[in-house]
Amino acid sequence: MYVYDQYDQHIIEDRVHQFRDQIRRYLAGELTDAELLPLRLQNGLYIQRYAPMLRIAVPYGLMSSTQIRKLAEITRNYDKGYAHISTRTNVQLNWPELEDVPDILAELATVQMHAIQTSGNCIRNTTTDQFAGVAKDELVDPRPWCEIIRQWSTFHPEFAFLPRKFKIAVNGAVSDRAAIEVHDIGLEAVQNDVGELGFRVSVGGGLGRTPIVGSFINEFLPWQHLLTYLDAILRVYNRYGRRDNKFKARIKILVKALTPEVFAERVQAEWEYLKDGPNTLNDAEVERVSKFFVDPAYKALEDQSAALAQLDTEHPGFARWRQRNVVAHKKPGYAAVTLSLKSTGVAPGDVTDKQLDTIADLADRYSFGEVRNSHEQNMILADVEQSRLFELWHELRELGVATPNIGLLTDIICCPGGDFCSLANAKSIPIAEAIQRRFEDLDYLFDIGDLDLNISGCMNACGHHHVGHIGILGVDKKGAEFYQVSLGGSSGRNASLGQILGPSFAQDVMPDVIEKIIDVYVEQRTEDEQFLDTYRRIGIDPFKERVYAANH
Amino acid sequence: MQRIIKDDQVIDESWHLLPRNVTLDELTNSDDLIVPFQLWLEHAHALKARDGGLGVWLDADEAVEEIANDLQHFQVIALNFPVFTDGRHYSSARLLRERYGYKGEIRAIGDVLRDQLFYMRRCGFDAFAVRPDRDPYDALQGLKDFSVTYQAATDEPLPLFRRRQA
Repeated sequence: MYVYDQYDQHIIEDRVHQFRDQIRRYLAGELTDAELLPLRLQNGLYIQRYAPMLRIAVPYGLMSSTQIRKLAEITRNYDKGYAHISTRTNVQLNWPELEDVPDILAELATVQMHAIQTSGNCIRNTTTDQFAGVAKDELVDPRPWCEIIRQWSTFHPEFAFLPRKFKIAVNGAVSDRAAIEVHDIGLEAVQNDVGELGFRVSVGGGLGRTPIVGSFINEFLPWQHLLTYLDAILRVYNRYGRRDNKFKARIKILVKALTPEVFAERVQAEWEYLKDGPNTLNDAEVERVSKFFVDPAYKALEDQSAALAQLDTEHPGFARWRQRNVVAHKKPGYAAVTLSLKSTGVAPGDVTDKQLDTIADLADRYSFGEVRNSHEQNMILADVEQSRLFELWHELRELGVATPNIGLLTDIICCPGGDFCSLANAKSIPIAEAIQRRFEDLDYLFDIGDLDLNISGCMNACGHHHVGHIGILGVDKKGAEFYQVSLGGSSGRNASLGQILGPSFAQDVMPDVIEKIIDVYVEQRTEDEQFLDTYRRIGIDPFKERVYAANH
Repeated sequence: MQRIIKDDQVIDESWHLLPRNVTLDELTNSDDLIVPFQLWLEHAHALKARDGGLGVWLDADEAVEEIANDLQHFQVIALNFPVFTDGRHYSSARLLRERYGYKGEIRAIGDVLRDQLFYMRRCGFDAFAVRPDRDPYDALQGLKDFSVTYQAATDEPLPLFRRRQA
């Protein structure tokens, strides 16, 4: 992974000093609440329902074991001993004291971490495929490009006060695990006919109040021009994005208002001036950054298919776990393992300090000392020898992160909701738990198969409900918490947005509602047909009829 | 008298910033004036004929393209920040410097506070009329927030990746 040099380190240390002084001035009464607000948000600090929430950046989801140990220590010393993995692959602390935040940042800076631009109307953490660099279907490793974008976006002087938040994702694989089409900018690394590297550029995707799938405005942007083109997009947005209404301020509204074609022309016109300027990338920089992402010292191994199959027959639990939580690796004899942070009874994405410490040790012992966070709020050991999977499985079970549910109905994406967040209309964590309890039977869960169930506690859509195969949105109905259900969303390639099923439901009937939806699927599916495909084939009506029939 | 930051120093203000609704006959002949963009649009000829210094100020929704052909007439271009978080004029200042080659003073006016100054200077501002209820000497500290920057900008022609030394 990327390692800071003196320049990178200097920048984050300067930030610690700056923020320490901002907090000092606030506590001394020199800054009002309103004046501190944009400053603290650009440093990931929210004032929440019960306490501040600090969002720590994990650039493109990648962390070293040293960094994880530091996070464990911080949650122990400054918080309540647990952290939360967010859908932007960041790490959130729910209970820090405002006065302690400068010290927390200073601690983070000792391990090359920070909270820069994890909130506020600026360019946020760039995300990518959690299997970047190891995926079998990868064409281009997106990580160097993410790091190049991270540096370009960090304290970009022109784009610190955008109309609204701005999210960029990069994909370099056949499957789109980075959900690029629902980002403000989505970049897909591609090669042209003569093998040159470039990017397909999507703009104006996003969830939130007005969910929109992005439009591709450039089919091949040569890599040298990545940063100048991003500058051009951001400049057009910064100047012409709406600032009069925060609900219409995302770039997607501008792109829609102008039409993608006209927006693309504006970007092109701006880019004509910036193209070939000093921000044009060169081989030296791409090589410098890429060196940090070369393969670790893999052994020459062979795939262990026979031995693993044998273990599968002897240990059905292991077979289940391997089926769901282990994915193929580009190197023979290796596998990528997802640690499920979705065991029933634990808020989705929560991880304790003790678990973090152990995960750091496991990373050192099994996976070259690295861990990734996924936007589905799980953690990944990406480089595990297949011959050691059985041994690792035992350790992960011990740790409580071996629930074999990755990609299944109970692997729920869920925002913190009304239990923590002051924006939420409704709680989300108890809904997730009630649904997980209803679908506890693993045979049944496996039989249902691939299914993304996403829950947001309000229309800001932090739980990505629009792109859940089943999406649940918390709504406020005359002061009571209700839940609206949508079907058919997908964040993958050819992303789609869910369609609302009908009137919303009370909290206590939600497990019944989900069960009825699943019943329709199970009855109607053809052999091996996944939920999303059945839905796309039969449409929403059969689901609607079943779910609302019971109300009569 | 208001004091402003100019070229990293606190100095006494010598220019008069005129409000949006000012009319031509209210103007003095020999004072240094910063006039609203609309007045310039309507009375450019008369404004050029005055003896005093001339500047223009643009609100956040007024585009620098509108004055791009007139820059030689302005000793000062003031860019207004209606609120701290309005980022449009960061782009405006860069365009004035980098695209249109403006060499005169670019001044930040309006809701201008210490914590914007570092970014503003990077984008080409060289003068800051800090909000009157705040101490400009304190705000001056904001110019020193960072010692290293990644991007090329008005203040730094090369991005860090063209300057790094191992």
